Amino acid sequence: MSANGQIIPSSLSISDLPWQIRWNQDKCTLCGSCTAVCPVNSIELGVFRKREIKAGTGFAEKPSSSQTIRYGIRQRTSPAYACVGCAMCSLVCPNDAIAPVRNDGSDKLRYHINQGGQPKSRGGRRNDPSGLLDQIKFIRISMLTDPALDAGRHTFDVNTLLGRVLEPRDALKHQREHGWMPPVREIYPLVIGGMSFGALSPTMWEGLQMGVAYLNEEMGMPVRICTGEGGCPPRLLRSRFLKYVILQIASGYFGWDEIIHAIPEMKEDPCAIEIKYGQGAKPGDGGLLMWHKVNKLIAAIRGVPERVSLPSPPTHQTQYSIEESVAKMIQSMSMAWGFRVPVYPKISATSTSLAVLNNLTRNPYAAGLAIDGEDGGTGAAYNVSMNHMGHPIASNLRDCYLNLVKVGKQNEIPLFAGGGVGKNGNLAANAAALIMMGASGVQTGKYIMQAAAGCLGSEQDRCNICNIGLCPKGIASQDPRIYRRLDAEKVAERVVDLYLAFDMELRKILAPLGRSTSLPIGMSDALGINDYHAAERLGIRYVV
Amino acid sequence: MCRLFAVTSDTPLSPMKALEALDAMREGHDGSGVGLFMRDLGGPFAAIKGAPILSGIFTDAGLKKLDTLMMDIGFMTKYRMGIQLPETPPAGTPSRDIYLIRAYDYPRAWENLAEEEKHRRLLKVRLELREMGEADGDMIVFSFWPDVIMIKEIGDPLTVGRYMDLDRHGITARIIMAQGRQNTNYAINLYACHPFFLEGFATMTNGENTAFIPVKEFLESRGFDGYIGFQSDSEVFVHILHYISTFLDLPLDAYKHIITPLPDEALNSHPDASVLRILKQSCRRLIIDGPNCIIGNLPDGTLFMGQDSKKLRPGIVGGKPGIWAFSSEVCGLDTVIPDRDKSKDFQPMHLDMAMVGPDRKEVKVCRQTDRLSRQA
Repeated sequence: MSANGQIIPSSLSISDLPWQIRWNQDKCTLCGSCTAVCPVNSIELGVFRKREIKAGTGFAEKPSSSQTIRYGIRQRTSPAYACVGCAMCSLVCPNDAIAPVRNDGSDKLRYHINQGGQPKSRGGRRNDPSGLLDQIKFIRISMLTDPALDAGRHTFDVNTLLGRVLEPRDALKHQREHGWMPPVREIYPLVIGGMSFGALSPTMWEGLQMGVAYLNEEMGMPVRICTGEGGCPPRLLRSRFLKYVILQIASGYFGWDEIIHAIPEMKEDPCAIEIKYGQGAKPGDGGLLMWHKVNKLIAAIRGVPERVSLPSPPTHQTQYSIEESVAKMIQSMSMAWGFRVPVYPKISATSTSLAVLNNLTRNPYAAGLAIDGEDGGTGAAYNVSMNHMGHPIASNLRDCYLNLVKVGKQNEIPLFAGGGVGKNGNLAANAAALIMMGASGVQTGKYIMQAAAGCLGSEQDRCNICNIGLCPKGIASQDPRIYRRLDAEKVAERVVDLYLAFDMELRKILAPLGRSTSLPIGMSDALGINDYHAAERLGIRYVV
Repeated sequence: MCRLFAVTSDTPLSPMKALEALDAMREGHDGSGVGLFMRDLGGPFAAIKGAPILSGIFTDAGLKKLDTLMMDIGFMTKYRMGIQLPETPPAGTPSRDIYLIRAYDYPRAWENLAEEEKHRRLLKVRLELREMGEADGDMIVFSFWPDVIMIKEIGDPLTVGRYMDLDRHGITARIIMAQGRQNTNYAINLYACHPFFLEGFATMTNGENTAFIPVKEFLESRGFDGYIGFQSDSEVFVHILHYISTFLDLPLDAYKHIITPLPDEALNSHPDASVLRILKQSCRRLIIDGPNCIIGNLPDGTLFMGQDSKKLRPGIVGGKPGIWAFSSEVCGLDTVIPDRDKSKDFQPMHLDMAMVGPDRKEVKVCRQTDRLSRQA
């Protein structure tokens, strides 16, 4: 070993890292909590040696040197161990002696995180804090001519429909002739979007399901949660709570066997089946559950060996095209539950969304379309996919809605929009804007993780290690030492909190607009934006 | 805010009666406009009930265009009523060349057509005239229908009525709907002035319809020629009524279920729950949302009043056998039918719809919790 530190191309200093640890020697008691909790081992106990030279001013006194040793915290600068800024160290420090600080300048780490020829993969979002949804304002306020409603006292009917809604003449004809009526579910318009079983920890999953059950059964809010790919615990499949769950089947078909086998024993139908064709945050890419998370339980439920990475292919390999998918998959899924369960696809927002939608309008069994925009979160994807691929949700959704309006089928195929809803914390405003642009409801995942479980991720590349099973909060990990940090009961409480708060904020938006008896789907005259081109593109009012 | 007044009477009344009722309610409107709908006409029109009557405002050039077009189609004038106006209009009212109320004989080529086809063609002619007028600004056409006259103008209702000297011209009708005020939420436009008319259906509304755009987009995409205009957010009420009656063949009491469906709890215990749930879901795009008092008239002469589910707009029905009136305020009712039994006045609540049939014998109230009058 060389006496001097070796300088190689990837040798980085602390100032080259995006996150730097500020450690205060005076406050630190060397308890070791911070190093123990750091999910990426970017800090370690360090031994600092100091040589002090004393040179006297006279001739009599000879210069002398002394050595002191102190112990402290050292930040590692190797790209593999770079701090991710999660600040768990701060959370556990009893004396506020340590905190990560974001580097103001441009970091150099980004040029070295492809070690071994592997491009960076991560979880999280696009790392772009800006967003169009936050610029939209609600402008049609009932003032003098028609007084605003009272959000606190009026009754509001904000539920929405999931399922194929027949054109009125057809609906009456089917009713008269006792024909088949497509199943329609009345649900709350904010759906917890698919976060895979296996990607999320058992405590997180349990907490979400408990929260959803409480909202339905105690608060009377028909909230629904989508499972994401990976299946569903056998007990839940056979429980009465299944009706609050949207089961997802994705291109890897993981866990689907478990679901199919449970059908004869199901006490309730699931709320719906979501066929995932794409995820907005990594369009054209499949899911990726890395080996870190594939423990015994997950392997059993997914029907795979333990500790192998589980990439879902980007497309459903058994299907030749979307047309074929729509024709076959939707029908066979519908058939599995006797045509009593709505089945709909989820696609990435792309320039071909319209083609998919047009295809769905011709399929009598298609129960809706979920469109996921680029700002959505993901459990694991390549950095370049998340940062540079995808289509914003607002214009994509608007195009789809206006296309349905053009063919006279608006709301017959309910559109559910996701991808960045509430990414800056403005959940209700973002959701309402999307609904007024034509969505029948919205899906959100990351906001739920942030609000209900304290996910530390941000739009500035903070944390984002959902993919490697080291989630500091225990949300996206299958390691019991980590996921025990998360209390499922507390997650459930927070799910309820956030839904009740969302509901109040939604009323606070709807009441001044004078809307209370139905969700304002397509009420685009209420929307304004101070960007002329965005206004033109979305067909809403330009206001300055 | 608008004020509404409608009356249905065995004896034909002058429209001035309705304008006087509006004037009694003048604290509730700003006198910015007036609209009149008259059906089951008396006077000279009584003898020509089947002849389509064109009502509108024309410039001299517009009239020439009209005559050319009507001659081309084969319409012959059967009766003409010109409204002579003083030279100076009241302040705020524009000067017009001609208010036209003209009854026609159907073209010979139409004689053997079914009634329905005739009506469809009348609509097409009205829309064509309206389009021609909008291009050059020389024709405004309100209605073209047998036994119906419509007048709309900017200005204070009573002042405009006196200026047009409506009494003198001998216009009388058994059914009159009148509204005071110009458009609320959009630009001033005579087409935006209530009442609205489409193929024999007429409605007027007091309030705001916040669901205007989704409803408009739904109706426009039905592919029916008559669903145009939309200069007012309340214009869709007549279109919805037309849609459910002609396209869905639903009875009038279903109208209330379409625009203000019952909440789910109430729906579950309703005797017609299954059909109403289907209507609520499939007609979800027609749910109106806003404080509204809706007064309307069906082709058979039935006059009705309904409230939105918030019941934030007043409305009252009263009268006696032979004459019934629907009014925004009781003082409007007092003006026209002072000798009625006031204890029987009825104010429809959010679930109610009050109707007076063509026999004018009684007020029938149907409540949304009741069975539908006819199964869909």
